[in-house]
Amino acid sequence: MLRRFEYTQARSVEEALALWQGSPDSRYLAGGTDLIPRARATGRAPARLVDVKAVPELDQVRALPDGGLSIGAAASVARVATAPEVRQRFPVLATCCQALGSYPLRQRATVAGNICNASPCADTAAALLDLDAVVVASGPRGVRRVSIHELFVGPGQTSLERGELVTAIELPAASAGARGQLGRLTRRQGVDIATVAVLVTVLPAGSLRHRVALLSVSPTPMRVAEAENLLDQKGPDGAAEAAAIARAACRPIDDVRGSASYRRDMVGVLLERAVHALAAERGGRGA
Amino acid sequence: MTIAIQVTVNGQLEALEVEPHESLLGMLRERLDLTGAKEGCNEGECGACVVLLDGRAVNSCLVLAVEANGRAVTTIEGLGHAGALHPLQQAFLEHSAVQCGFCSPGMIMTALGLLNENPTPSEADIRQALSGNLCRCTGYRQIIDAVQAAAAALGAAGQAGRRP
Repeated sequence: MLRRFEYTQARSVEEALALWQGSPDSRYLAGGTDLIPRARATGRAPARLVDVKAVPELDQVRALPDGGLSIGAAASVARVATAPEVRQRFPVLATCCQALGSYPLRQRATVAGNICNASPCADTAAALLDLDAVVVASGPRGVRRVSIHELFVGPGQTSLERGELVTAIELPAASAGARGQLGRLTRRQGVDIATVAVLVTVLPAGSLRHRVALLSVSPTPMRVAEAENLLDQKGPDGAAEAAAIARAACRPIDDVRGSASYRRDMVGVLLERAVHALAAERGGRGA
Repeated sequence: MTIAIQVTVNGQLEALEVEPHESLLGMLRERLDLTGAKEGCNEGECGACVVLLDGRAVNSCLVLAVEANGRAVTTIEGLGHAGALHPLQQAFLEHSAVQCGFCSPGMIMTALGLLNENPTPSEADIRQALSGNLCRCTGYRQIIDAVQAAAAALGAAGQAGRRP
C-alpha cells in the first residue's frame, strides 16, 4: 500500500518550485515509473508530490538556435526515442531510450527522471554522457546549467540541490551526427536493467572523437577517458588495449545479476565488439 | 483528502473523488468495476494492467488516478463485446492466443497501443512492444501471430485501429 501523500500539480516552473518549498518532504513527479513502485515497496512516500507534467514548456523537444537539442523534463522516453530530431541527429540517445524498460513503461518514464534517479544502470545516462549533455535546473537561487559529467555523485545521488527541478536536458550541436554501438547484457531480452552495458560513440568531427560510457559497473554511470584517448589515437586497432583500460577502470560489484569479475570481463568484450561494429559500419558506408 | 477528477473511460465521462495515492488500476477495478485490467505485479514488470491513456499503452498500476484527470482511458471493456469483437480480440481467439486469460487484456491493450502508433509492425516490433507483458501459458508464439493477423485485418479494413 502506498502511504498517503499530498498530490499537487504545477502549471509553471515557478509554481512547482513554490509548491516544493511549501512542504519539507516533497518530490517532483514526472513519469512516476520509479517513484511510485519504490514508494509502494518501501512504504515511504514523500509528504507531497509536485506533478510537473502540466508545465507546458517541460513537454517540449525542440531544436536550439545553435544546432543543439533541448529535451523537456516531462517528455516521455518513448517520445524522445521516436522524435525525428533525435533519430536523425542524435540516434545514440534513441538507441538508449529504446533499451529502457518496456514499451508501456517508456510511454510514462522520462529521460529527466531516469537521470535524476541516478541509478548506476540508467540507460539514457550512457547516451547523455557520450553526447556531453547539459542538465538545466531551476531552483530557489535561479537557473543553473550542470554538465552531465558533474551530475552523478553516487547510487541514487546527484549534485542537484534540494528543491532544484530539472527543466530540460540539452544536447550540444557538436554531438549531432554522432554514431554509437550499445552492448547491453540482461538476464532476459527486454524489460530488465542492464547487468552490464557499454556504449561506444564516435563524433562526426574533431580530434577527440571517441566516447566510451559504462553502466552497472561502478557507483554511477561513467565515462572512460583513457580508453577514448587510445581509440582516438589508434582507431579500431586499439580496441583490445582500450578494453583492458576499461576493465581496469570500472568498479563493479557482485549482485543477483552477475559477479563483479563477470561484469569486468564483459566490459572488455562489449567494448571490443562495439568498436569493431562501429568500424564495420563506417567501412560499409565507404566513409 | 480526496481529489475531484473527470476522466473519460471507454468514451463515457466519469466524475470521481479519488485518493491521491490511488492508482489508475485501482480506480478502474474498485470504483468503476472494470476488472479487465489485472493486478499482477503492481510494479510495472508484468503488463497485466496495461490500458490506453490518450491512445498510448501504459501500466495503469504506475499511473495515479489523479494523473488521468482530463484524459481519456480505454480498457479492454471498451474494445468490443460478444458478437462484435475488436479485430485484436477476434485474432486472439482464432490463434488460440488465450489460455488462462489473465494476461490477455494487457496483451491486447499493449498491442493496440502499438498498432495506434505503427499500423504495420514487423514481428520484431511486436516482440519488442510485448516484451513487457508476461504470459505463463501460451509461449508467446500464438500471441505474436494474433497481433500480426489483427494488424493485417485492420489494414485491410482501412483503419489503423485508432481508438479514443
